[in-house]
Amino acid sequence: MSGGVDSAVAAARMVEAGHEVVGVHLALSRMPGTLRTGSRGCCTVEDSMDAQRAANIIGIPYYVWDFSERFKLDVVDDFINEYAAGRTPNPCMRCNERIKFAALLEKALDLGFDAVATGHYATIRTDADGNRELHRASAWAKDQSYVLGVLTQDQLAHSMFPLGATPSKAEVRAEAAKRGFSVATKPDSYDICFIPDGDTRGWLAERVPPATGDILDREGNTLGRHEGAAAFTVGQRKGLQIGTPAADGKPRFVLEVRPITNTVVVGPKEALAIGEIAGSKFTWCGVAPAHPETAFDCTVQIRAHADPVPAVAQVVPVAPGENGENGENGVNGATGETRPATELVITPAEPLTGVAPGQTAVVYLGTRVLGQCTIDRTVSAVGVNA
Amino acid sequence: MAVYLDHAATTPMLPEAISAYVSAMAVVGNPASVHSQGQNAKRLLEEAREQVALSLGSDPIEIVFTGGGTEAINLGIKGLYWARRPRTRILVPGGEHHATMDTVEWLEQYEGAVVEWLPLDSVGRIDLAAVERSIAANPHDIALITLLSANNEVGTLQPVAEVAALAAAHGIPVHVDAVAAYGHVPIDFRALNDGGASAVSVSAHKIGGPVGIGALVLSRRASVVPLLHGGGQQRQVRSGTQDVAAAVAFAVAATALGDDLSGENARVAALRDRLVAGVRAAVPAVIVNGDPDAGGRLPGTAHFSFPGCEGDSLLFLLDVAGISVSTGSACQAGVPEPSHVLRAMGRSEVEARGALRITLGRTSTEADVDALLAAVPAAHARAARAGLADRVPGR
Repeated sequence: MSGGVDSAVAAARMVEAGHEVVGVHLALSRMPGTLRTGSRGCCTVEDSMDAQRAANIIGIPYYVWDFSERFKLDVVDDFINEYAAGRTPNPCMRCNERIKFAALLEKALDLGFDAVATGHYATIRTDADGNRELHRASAWAKDQSYVLGVLTQDQLAHSMFPLGATPSKAEVRAEAAKRGFSVATKPDSYDICFIPDGDTRGWLAERVPPATGDILDREGNTLGRHEGAAAFTVGQRKGLQIGTPAADGKPRFVLEVRPITNTVVVGPKEALAIGEIAGSKFTWCGVAPAHPETAFDCTVQIRAHADPVPAVAQVVPVAPGENGENGENGVNGATGETRPATELVITPAEPLTGVAPGQTAVVYLGTRVLGQCTIDRTVSAVGVNA
Repeated sequence: MAVYLDHAATTPMLPEAISAYVSAMAVVGNPASVHSQGQNAKRLLEEAREQVALSLGSDPIEIVFTGGGTEAINLGIKGLYWARRPRTRILVPGGEHHATMDTVEWLEQYEGAVVEWLPLDSVGRIDLAAVERSIAANPHDIALITLLSANNEVGTLQPVAEVAALAAAHGIPVHVDAVAAYGHVPIDFRALNDGGASAVSVSAHKIGGPVGIGALVLSRRASVVPLLHGGGQQRQVRSGTQDVAAAVAFAVAATALGDDLSGENARVAALRDRLVAGVRAAVPAVIVNGDPDAGGRLPGTAHFSFPGCEGDSLLFLLDVAGISVSTGSACQAGVPEPSHVLRAMGRSEVEARGALRITLGRTSTEADVDALLAAVPAAHARAARAGLADRVPGR
């Protein structure tokens, strides 16, 4: 229970469904702020009190579990490291993957609980064979299945999303008001919970000291200097500060950020169009497809609030050492698992824009989440000379 | 039926204290008013002060009622510190209650204090030789020494009289935090004061009185600068209209302690010893913290470290089983900190995180101990499985 309206209503619905429910608030900082400020909707003492007051009204016990050390390492530090490496991570997904449905779920199961229920907007269905499937929420506008795409079959088996079938957020707020929750009108949280003022750029700049480097065009010619490659996002147009205009006079956009050489590659807008994305770090959500090495139709979503795009996906072998995750001898660098080096290659029917390494691509079959992969590389839809 | 084994946090109010409290709340009159109704309220207040003084071996005039133990400790430490200017050194043992730690750190940050932390040994007792060395280094710049009389987490008793004697040789005032000790260890303020201690802090709700009232027992010979300014009540030391009803209820609880604590102490200690033996039998790896010598710690305190478990998990599992215990830690946002007392005693972070404090009191029974011992094996098994899940592996 974050202290927000969704988890409060979710807890109340679990109780009414006949479950034995305990409210748990995650302490994600050793030094929580006292009062809620700005865009945050979690993690302060005030939020913890809001959660406890909701638990009081529901009539369930309430505890604070301290995951601050894990959160710092697995989410905050990971966010900083990924950003420093020129990738665009999603800390909420990381938190779901490593904290809420990993450390928290494991501790809960060990302590004798059967499942973790959260206020996420997503639906879990069980197929004829008893396997769990993750589907989009009924209210597509609030659907959060994207950030849950990292869940595995085992995690789904112990997860419950009581808000998944609710037609709208307004309905959840109305229900909260009817139940007498003080948080019924509390603003939604957005932005990143551990960056209090919402200034992600400024927060990162304090932690990743910027160094000046070159801005290049796609042919490798130096166009200017930048104050720190990590401050650039793929697709960015403003703030490039290149003295000479492009030969064709068209505006230039950030096409690529290369952390190792501390360079930023710019080019025309057309060059932002991505025709293929691929990553070796992929997981299946629920039952894995029987033959993923055979190209199959799907839709792909590359951001929490992006529209899904029709695509073809396929798992293909990668030459050893070709990428960092499954390196030599097929040993996965992150997990130490030995498996044949493969990557999930996704080819959208229409080129995508605003895709950068580090982002997560979630693959859907209709409303069902089939799996996800962290994007390692992208292939432009147009050639250098286009 | 909930089993309450967290008497060190607060102990149930005595029924006779509750009825005295309620009756006294119906009495009209500010004890500082001149009219007869005011005089009647004043009479109740001063009778209460006399009874509380009796339980602490002090003169009634030496009892300064406060809004609780925390205020008494703040008044004792800050008041003595300011009165002793320009001296700046404060000697304080590690592992003190947060009311002391945060107060001396505040004085360090805002008032120029130089805080010198005295080490604790493995059972939680200060080293008198270290105190002596710290004093000898420069006895003239020490503003005060403050220390717990009994540790609120592990229950270890401190050599208060010996520290006071060392301080007295140089005229250094000593403040004693007796909040945890009050009601369990005889407190003879006259003897302490003659031996060099200047002030003792106590709280009513630890002995069956109400929350919201405590006292600083302040020697006639000591002077403190007040925290609160106003009507000049209580020797100009603590302004504010005095809470007659709370003082009356406090006095009932103080009187109920009786002249001899030994009978009740022996009863509670026997329960505690059976509890400790039972937990040891159920969990052979458990570490019992505090002075192993029964005479060296509070009778009702049992303090454990369960290696490989979060105290947090054990607390939760026992709570679900209807048993209230504590991790003995300060919970500001409900975020449990690893026990700073165990850390000050040189224990590992793992032992500090696996800490569980079980404290018995006046209402504790054999059945309470039975219920705890019945619940411990399953709770421990589950907590051990959950382990230190919320910690980073390998650290």
